[in-house]
Amino acid sequence: MSEPLPPFQTLLDNHSEDVWRTLRAMVGAQAAEDCFQETFLAALRAYPRLRPGSSPRAWLLTIAHNKAIDHLRRPRADELETDELEAPPAPPPPDRDVWGAVAALPPRQRAAVALRYIGDLSHREIGAAIGCSEEASRRSLTDGLKTLRRQL
Amino acid sequence: MSDKLTRKLRGPAPEALDAARRFADRAAAEHEADLAYTTFDSPLGQLLMASGERGLAVLHYLDEPLDEALEYLSSKRSPRIVESPRALDPWRFELDEYFAGSRQRFDAPLDWDAMTRFQRAVLRATAAIPYGETSTYTGVAGEAGSPRGQRAAGNALGSNPMAIIIPCHRVLHLGGGLGGYTGGLHRKHYLLDLEAGRL
Repeated sequence: MSEPLPPFQTLLDNHSEDVWRTLRAMVGAQAAEDCFQETFLAALRAYPRLRPGSSPRAWLLTIAHNKAIDHLRRPRADELETDELEAPPAPPPPDRDVWGAVAALPPRQRAAVALRYIGDLSHREIGAAIGCSEEASRRSLTDGLKTLRRQL
Repeated sequence: MSDKLTRKLRGPAPEALDAARRFADRAAAEHEADLAYTTFDSPLGQLLMASGERGLAVLHYLDEPLDEALEYLSSKRSPRIVESPRALDPWRFELDEYFAGSRQRFDAPLDWDAMTRFQRAVLRATAAIPYGETSTYTGVAGEAGSPRGQRAAGNALGSNPMAIIIPCHRVLHLGGGLGGYTGGLHRKHYLLDLEAGRL
């Protein structure tokens, strides 16, 4: 007999901060709100089909990653609001460096860095989330870190 | 570098709390979630209340930890549950008025679906007992079309999913004895006293 799914609210309680953080790294603070709402709506709708025993955390962050990619691919209504160039609200000047450098990474590297250091996911989980092999996910992470190291 | 980077990445995300709340309220209002819940501080202790698209589904004396009650609800009804106090406003208003003695009838909609036919019949008969009056197990069994089913009626009342609002406290033994009450007899006493103006 498999464990029943926990009430959905526990997923919100336990993981909404890291979903938010992941989205902030992926699309910027401005767009994070919309992506956050889309992430949890998609998760709520699909929740009964989540395999009992699988990690809701990796599952949620995978959905968040997909929503972030959707957002990044969407044609911009207003080019001026390009999230990649936009700093999060009122960061003290030194922080701009970090967010700017993260935002300048190609999306896959950005995702690998976020899922690894915010989500604490395994390389296997990151590969599954990004839709690539474990090897490729390791490579994206290393490339991303190399760039960040150069810039920070 | 790593320090600077991860401190940023993992930095505080106070927006997440508000975003989560906004999500839960909207999921409840638009019935994307099957159930919305909140707790209610009554004079009889904490209550857990939950509603769905058709109305109030659960009003339960919260004598166990909230987690446990929610897990039970999740496994019995649906795991698609979110916390949204405002979704429960219609029933919270009525309960506040009821406990203040200024409401004698509950009007906000109830969800009668998650019951067997017999339980629904018994509980509908129970809901028809006026404020301040009482009936008997035999009486509600008869109303439910089963005059000799007082024991079964007792069971149906014992698993009343919406205590207080479906007033199973108004059902007594034939001789006037208090009978049973899932929330404990002291609560049954309190509710009968409240309705009799004895508080």
